[in-house]
Amino acid sequence: METNKTIRVLIAKIGLDGHDVGAKVLIFWLRDQGMEVIYTGLRQSVEQVVEVALQEAVDVIGVSILSGSHVSIAKKLLKRIRERELDDVLVLFGGTIPKDDIAVLKSTGVHGVFPSHAKLEEISAFIKENVKQAGG
Amino acid sequence: MAKKAGEAEVRPVVSILGTPVKCFYGPEDLPDFDYKEKLNDPGEYPFTRGVYSTMYRSSLWTMRQYSGQSTSESTNERFKYLLKNGQTGLSLAFDLPTQIGLDSDMPLAEDDVGKLGVAVDSLEDFERIFDGIALDQISTSFTINATAPIILAMYILVARKQGVDPKRLRGTIQNDILKEYIARGTWIFPPEPSIKLVGDLVEYCNKEIPRFNAISVSGTHILEYGANTVQAVALAISIAEVYIREVLKRGSHIDEIAPLFSFHLPIGGRDFNFFEDIARLRGARRYWAKLMKEKYGAKDKRSLQFRFSTGGMGGGLTAEQPLNNIARASIYAMAAVFSGTRSLNLACFDEVYAIPSDLAIRTSLRVQQILANETGVADVVDPLGGSYYVEKLTDEMEAKIGEIIGKIESDGGIVKLIESGAIQRELAMQSYAIQKRISSGEKVLVGVNKFKVKEEERDLEVYKTDPETIHRQLQRLKAVKESRDQGKVESALKELESAAVRGDNLISYLFEPLKAKATIGEIIDTLKKVYGTFKEPTTV
Repeated sequence: METNKTIRVLIAKIGLDGHDVGAKVLIFWLRDQGMEVIYTGLRQSVEQVVEVALQEAVDVIGVSILSGSHVSIAKKLLKRIRERELDDVLVLFGGTIPKDDIAVLKSTGVHGVFPSHAKLEEISAFIKENVKQAGG
Repeated sequence: MAKKAGEAEVRPVVSILGTPVKCFYGPEDLPDFDYKEKLNDPGEYPFTRGVYSTMYRSSLWTMRQYSGQSTSESTNERFKYLLKNGQTGLSLAFDLPTQIGLDSDMPLAEDDVGKLGVAVDSLEDFERIFDGIALDQISTSFTINATAPIILAMYILVARKQGVDPKRLRGTIQNDILKEYIARGTWIFPPEPSIKLVGDLVEYCNKEIPRFNAISVSGTHILEYGANTVQAVALAISIAEVYIREVLKRGSHIDEIAPLFSFHLPIGGRDFNFFEDIARLRGARRYWAKLMKEKYGAKDKRSLQFRFSTGGMGGGLTAEQPLNNIARASIYAMAAVFSGTRSLNLACFDEVYAIPSDLAIRTSLRVQQILANETGVADVVDPLGGSYYVEKLTDEMEAKIGEIIGKIESDGGIVKLIESGAIQRELAMQSYAIQKRISSGEKVLVGVNKFKVKEEERDLEVYKTDPETIHRQLQRLKAVKESRDQGKVESALKELESAAVRGDNLISYLFEPLKAKATIGEIIDTLKKVYGTFKEPTTV
């Protein structure tokens, strides 16, 4: 199988945070980088997001949270991902995330953390380097 | 432009309106300039120079910092701290469940309880926030929209309990739901019943608490979403017109309701330009005065006065070299003062990271106090009035505001554009365009893409929410539910539901459920049965 199959990304808003312009900016950027991107819309539960990720066979789940609830949501999300055996999915968190929480998020199993001041290029580069090309 | 021999190379500059900016301006830029028609004295139609004649010489702008902590006790403590430090008005932030009408024990609420502001489930929580603070001595600003009717009803009940006549209550409630569909996402019901509730609150305030600003139409969030500074003002005015028409159709006269409208507008942000931001707000004052007079037939001077508070935009601040943000915010604050703001809520230097710390909030307050007391900028009303450049820009801004509003109307109106997601998409695309200009270095951001230092440690002391909040809140909620008369709750909610079905003004039907200790979530669920919920357009 060719190793450059199109990367599929799910951008998710989990919880009640309604600030989604950052998520949308990232969606535009990743599409411009040739990726396929699906957006969940606001107020999703962890369960809903994981089901969409399964159905759509995505390579990446990117969660955008600006409300300060990233740590508790990350724990629930990673637990659910393991339960549903989505082991190869790359999990990214972005938003208003204090420095001290980056390590905390990574310890829960999140692969990449991108605070709101992260560069778009950093995020797409990280995805390209770290996505496991299924069947590749 | 071809360079003539002996002339220096000139850096090209384009305004936010897309027009080339000259190196200087003179009388030829303002042909036939009529002082009375274009400016007039401050406090006189069309109010270009300010809504009052003496402005800061008779009273300074209100210095207000946004605050709201996890619990009602800590919010109460913070309020007392700010009052002691010379703050003149309170501003209350609520957590997301409270904004969206979920109780702390409802699904999806758990992770957000007490995170962005105070958690309020029942009237008891609200009473604790204002414990020991006499409501007739302060003015309070509430950043609340979908659940605004319930919050205002709670404030009135607390006043009554303190023995304060609600007619003496002063403050502002945001009550601007339409921008939530565009930018902030705290909607509950579809737009139509939501606009009806906005109208209920305006109508009620007009009759019962006339000193309270029943609405603060916000351009700030729209700017954060990607609107440029002119669009943010134009969209806010367009949204205000929807609410005005809603109340007018109930038989109110424009002069009864227009004075209740105030605006919360951005100053600063990623598109900040000192003179453009000021000219835009001067132009908006003139646009509004003419709109109210010519389109709606307003006669009362107060209807014609475009009153606004300003918020220094966190979106313009950077995570890199965060102390630079104090400099940015200071310049935003100065622009706000030159614009004639009535109140200022200034961004804090650490808010890129989390809810501002005590030090950051105090610093923002001190910036305002320094401007007011040490610089002389508040001594003369509209000191930039008459500047060739500023007046030319003001004319252009006023015209652009009218052009944007006209385009919205011809596209079917703002509500239609919100329901289809068209406006959200347009603004998000603009936000993406700005981001790309920053990435490419075309737009300079000091410390981000120019004048960088080797990545410094960002060891700011950031505010941490109390992890115990959720447990405390759940216990309280349980206690409230156990201590109340369930039959009384149900019959009060039934009354509310019937009133909603009939299409009555709902505000006065909220008191009984609240007194019976019904929760915000229960009240909202009751109304959802009648109004339904909004289906968000998710195509990006």
